[in-house]
Amino acid sequence: MITFIVRRLFGAVLMLLVVSMVTFAVFFLVPRIAGQTTDQLATQYVGRNPNPTEVHAMEVKLGLDQPIYVQYGRFLKNIVAGEDFDTGTGIVHCPPPCFGYSFKNQQEVWPQMLSALPVTGSLALGAAVIWLISGVGIGVLSALRRGTVFDRAAMSVALAGVSLPIFFTALLSLAIFRDSIPLFPDAGNYISITVDPGKWAEALVLPWVTLAFLYAALYARLTRAGMLETMNEDFIRTARAKGLSERKVVVKHGLRATLTPIITIFGLDLGLLVGGAVLTESAFSLPGLGRFAVNAINNQDLPEILGVTMLAGFFVVAANLIVDVLYAVVDPRVRF
Amino acid sequence: MTTADDWSRGQDGFVDVRPRPGEPEFYDSAPKPSDSFLELRDLRVHFPTDDGIVKSADGLSFTLERGRTLGIVGESGSGKSVTSLAIMGLHKNTRAKITGEIWLDGEELVAAGIDQVRALRGKKMAMIFQDPLSAMHPYYTVGAQIIEAYRIHNKVSKAVARKHAIEMLDRVGIPQPASRVDDYPHQFSGGMRQRAMIAMALSCDPELLIADEPTTALDVTVQAQILDLIRDLQQEFNSAVIIITHDLGVVAELADNIMVMYAGRTAEYGPTDDIFRRPQHPYTWGLLGSMPRLDRERADRLLPILGTPPSLINVPSGCAFHPRCGYASLTGGRSTDEVPVLRSVDGEHSVACHLTAEQRLKAWETDIKPKL
Amino acid sequence: MKRKNAVAFAAVCAGLSLLTACGSGSSGSSGGSSSSGGAPSYNAGNNSVVNPSTKAGGTLNYGLSGVPDSTDPGSTYYAYMWNFSRLYARPLLTFKSAPGTDGLKLIPGLATGMGKVSSDGLTWTYTIQSGLKFEDGSAITTKDVKYAIERSTNYSPGILPNGPTYFQQYLTDPTYPGAFKDTTPDKLGLKGVDTPNDTTIVFHLQHPFADFDYLVTSPQTAPVPQAKDTGTKYQEHPISSGPYMFSSYDPNKGFTLVKNPNWTQASDPNDKQLVNTINVAFNVQAADLDSRLLNGSMDIDLDGTGVQTAARARILGNKTLQTKADDAVSGFLWYAALNTQVAPLNNVDCRKAIEYAVNKTTQQTAYGGPIAGGDIGTTVMPPTVVGYQKADQYSFIAQPNGDVAKAKSELQKCGQPNGFSVNISARGDRPKEVSAAQGIQEALAGIGVKAQIQQYPSGSNFSTYAGVPNFVHQHDLGIIMGGWAADWPDGFGFLSQISDGRAIKAAGNSNLQEENNPQLNQLLDKATQSPDASARNKIYAQIDQILMSDAVILPEVYAKSLLYRNPNTTNVFVTEAYGMYDYTQIGKSQ
Repeated sequence: MITFIVRRLFGAVLMLLVVSMVTFAVFFLVPRIAGQTTDQLATQYVGRNPNPTEVHAMEVKLGLDQPIYVQYGRFLKNIVAGEDFDTGTGIVHCPPPCFGYSFKNQQEVWPQMLSALPVTGSLALGAAVIWLISGVGIGVLSALRRGTVFDRAAMSVALAGVSLPIFFTALLSLAIFRDSIPLFPDAGNYISITVDPGKWAEALVLPWVTLAFLYAALYARLTRAGMLETMNEDFIRTARAKGLSERKVVVKHGLRATLTPIITIFGLDLGLLVGGAVLTESAFSLPGLGRFAVNAINNQDLPEILGVTMLAGFFVVAANLIVDVLYAVVDPRVRF
Repeated sequence: MTTADDWSRGQDGFVDVRPRPGEPEFYDSAPKPSDSFLELRDLRVHFPTDDGIVKSADGLSFTLERGRTLGIVGESGSGKSVTSLAIMGLHKNTRAKITGEIWLDGEELVAAGIDQVRALRGKKMAMIFQDPLSAMHPYYTVGAQIIEAYRIHNKVSKAVARKHAIEMLDRVGIPQPASRVDDYPHQFSGGMRQRAMIAMALSCDPELLIADEPTTALDVTVQAQILDLIRDLQQEFNSAVIIITHDLGVVAELADNIMVMYAGRTAEYGPTDDIFRRPQHPYTWGLLGSMPRLDRERADRLLPILGTPPSLINVPSGCAFHPRCGYASLTGGRSTDEVPVLRSVDGEHSVACHLTAEQRLKAWETDIKPKL
Repeated sequence: MKRKNAVAFAAVCAGLSLLTACGSGSSGSSGGSSSSGGAPSYNAGNNSVVNPSTKAGGTLNYGLSGVPDSTDPGSTYYAYMWNFSRLYARPLLTFKSAPGTDGLKLIPGLATGMGKVSSDGLTWTYTIQSGLKFEDGSAITTKDVKYAIERSTNYSPGILPNGPTYFQQYLTDPTYPGAFKDTTPDKLGLKGVDTPNDTTIVFHLQHPFADFDYLVTSPQTAPVPQAKDTGTKYQEHPISSGPYMFSSYDPNKGFTLVKNPNWTQASDPNDKQLVNTINVAFNVQAADLDSRLLNGSMDIDLDGTGVQTAARARILGNKTLQTKADDAVSGFLWYAALNTQVAPLNNVDCRKAIEYAVNKTTQQTAYGGPIAGGDIGTTVMPPTVVGYQKADQYSFIAQPNGDVAKAKSELQKCGQPNGFSVNISARGDRPKEVSAAQGIQEALAGIGVKAQIQQYPSGSNFSTYAGVPNFVHQHDLGIIMGGWAADWPDGFGFLSQISDGRAIKAAGNSNLQEENNPQLNQLLDKATQSPDASARNKIYAQIDQILMSDAVILPEVYAKSLLYRNPNTTNVFVTEAYGMYDYTQIGKSQ
């Protein structure tokens, strides 16, 4: 088991390196190949009506005049060892992990992401709990009551949930539950849980439900399909043949086997989500990583875009790793 | 109320209990309990589907005593497994329609409630299945699954149950049971796995053991070991055993009696010896003929039964075997019109066939026996 | 300001507006106690103070759909920041906080009065009040004003890049390296500014510049204490000289202001210190911001350029909501520049053909119609600019759908009787602008001119595409869509960057038509040197006429913004200086 984990860990680190290389290449290599000069890259950082000297100074400041592998090496070194940046008015020391410095809003990238992380984390985790419980629960019930009115109704609602675009559900829920019937007048107005848990929850209920609606629908369908398949397995028949109560058969034997792939997918979904639930955060104006990413892209702020891409990549790789290990823990056939 | 005189007697002395036209369908206010340990009376298991009613078991009757072994033989799709599942009560709360009676040690199971039957499962009657790898839960250790089986019916601590599990593993011949009890099903070889499943099935000392194709998934050498094990355990526990298989070689080893099933009905029934030496039903002849044998010339071709197994939805009229029977024409049209009744030919040995005894003897002597 | 609405968002919001219009009515806030001047009505804020009140206390919540270019007063160019920053960064002079044309009057800020100009026009002297204090109690001197200018974009564009550079252009010593590279011991090495004592400040100009009083309304003249200047980090907590000061700042979430105890009303009769806390939330999704305005959880949209399509439809369709809205003149002109270097538009008659051909009503509709878009423009300067004079050389008002006959005759004159081909450039992420470009394309097709639309992103439009003359020539961008507002509300503030031939830049050009008329250039110089306001205004009007007769600019609309005010806000009115609500006055009634 230990060797398994160590092997996977090694693979994860390798994957992160690859992600960093690809990200770096996309942002710094591709524009060069597409014909943009380093001058043009640097122009995006200087203010209105720049003159060539200012542009060139910015180029040097960003290190854009260095060969690409030097830039990449610097980038990696920054993450691990930190870096000092000369803002022109002083030296900013950026401790590790240093994802760079944004000259557009004069902030280090990592503290901004760190400040956005609890928001996205709250959103993702809260929604995850809701969708896991409701999705799996409905899926199991649907499978057990296959063909009944409940099953058909549940799957229709699930179809709606999967089909409706998330920003539509978001705006609709805001229009109804915040503006027309002020059940949640402060929806989207994020307050940290450490400051006011009540308001924190109030702000997040609508985003949670909106996000969870989509995923719960997926999970209900997945669980239902999985349950139907599992309940046809031979070991279910054996369990019944032993004289086990039906409830134990369903939960201990059936559900346990069904949940394994569900847990795997859940881990991956969560990993992706923590990387930034872009649409939900934008629709509700939540100051999370997703919104941070969107703004960074709109502002063409390269260090920030790079930083958030790396962070999101890290979460996905980490989630992958955890899910792999978890799967081995749950399913002994994988371990040996 | 009708009397014994009104019952018609079949040509060969077998008592026909089917209601005649015009007669009421029930005779007593309550079904008469059985004297045997296990008795099936006119068991019918029908599954309603979109394409029609699947008649998996269509009028089965047999008895089985403690300490005896019944072998149920037939092709795939003949309804063997469905019958055994019906005995276990595993069709309750499904769409299957079950009629008839199943008597187990004085208890009637078809009309019984699901909880009542469930209490018997694992304790009074146990089942082992064809593929032990898929029949055991892959996520739990073998020990855990045996413990679970034991603790359903015995209120003991986990430690006590674990000790018992190790004992069971030892009894079924698994070496180093104390360490193997914590292994997972996939860590066993095929034969060992089947032994483990047997251990699980027998952990509560059931009085009836049903083995559904217990050796089909195993190597030939391991087959013999498993069959030996079953026989030993039967002698030790004095349990009744039903072995379901399509392999006549398996039942030749173990069974005291054999029931040959075709299309959900009994084709022939009798002691093993009788079935092998003096088979009466053309289908049985076919089964015997299609068995590869070591004591024949390799150049001789096997005698397959022509045709394919019938659909259980559209069972051929009359004798279900008639489309594939080489002798159907000899019955003068009765094969297509009349369902043959199971009649005794010699004591317990009975057959459901329209051919007369002479016709059968002639066919056996001239066609079949020389080729076997 | 960029709008981040994707088309999908807009469509959904439009659809939702139908949904919610049914159930609307003023949700949340219900009217409340109205002012003594009767209940506020639609457009009341345009020329009167809505809900005048001296009630203090409460929290004011501003929302912004993006982030400011900077909260550092030395490095910001957005009108709303110049308006808002006065709360913590008092400039030398400012505009009177009053509705109507009264609001265009200059009044003293830190200074005691208007600037005194020398007879040769090259020296301007201001005196500031004594006894003024920063938020930390330290004294404000003119040295702090000088330092503020030294560190600003004027001399440190690489570090604080976002603000204007007028001081650098007009003061002597244009090569001063900026405060951060200043090697003098007290960092006051700018020779263009002198501070003989703590309350006097003297500006030395290269050439006379009559508008100098307007220049010092810029937040770049707000004092910055050198000891507390954290450079690029200063925006997180500028040291306040105004009625409010920073208490928290997050670059992605927003900031909060609280009362500055070291500010006195006596030193600042114009501003008001009413509410206890001012919150500014960044990155509030634009349509959602409007919803929050309408449901009362937010008070004002800081951007001040009006509500989005969905809210506009709701407001204009609902009489109750309309009473809380003002259709303000924003001071912008939306226009198309007709480039003089791209053939055949180098011929003035070909350009005149375009002026006649375009359907003005279509253009107005593209920008939102008469209410949300604005009035059809007939001159370069909008009516709110001091120096505006009514004129209509090509009869836009009489022939709002264009004059095809005249257009064709102009084509004959310029030797292209069968039309020609030309490209139009527009900012692709601005749907209204693209729509307007399509309108021009359609109208030109009617006279045989084939126009193709090229779209570029607004973020780099001027630094990389339409604002780079070489690019324009290479790609035949004869017609360039754009918009412009005055850097300060007189003719020069509007006209100089877009019409001066000497202001044509290799990149980041604002003189999109590349007009270089020597007569016009001379007039601009004359105006700046003329000390008499009415004389200057006559010159501006003349310049405007030359631009129109040169047919280098095709005016489209004098832009309007539909602004919404939360009924709980007090002292709300539109300041014509900035084309939006005056943020130095607003309080809360509950």
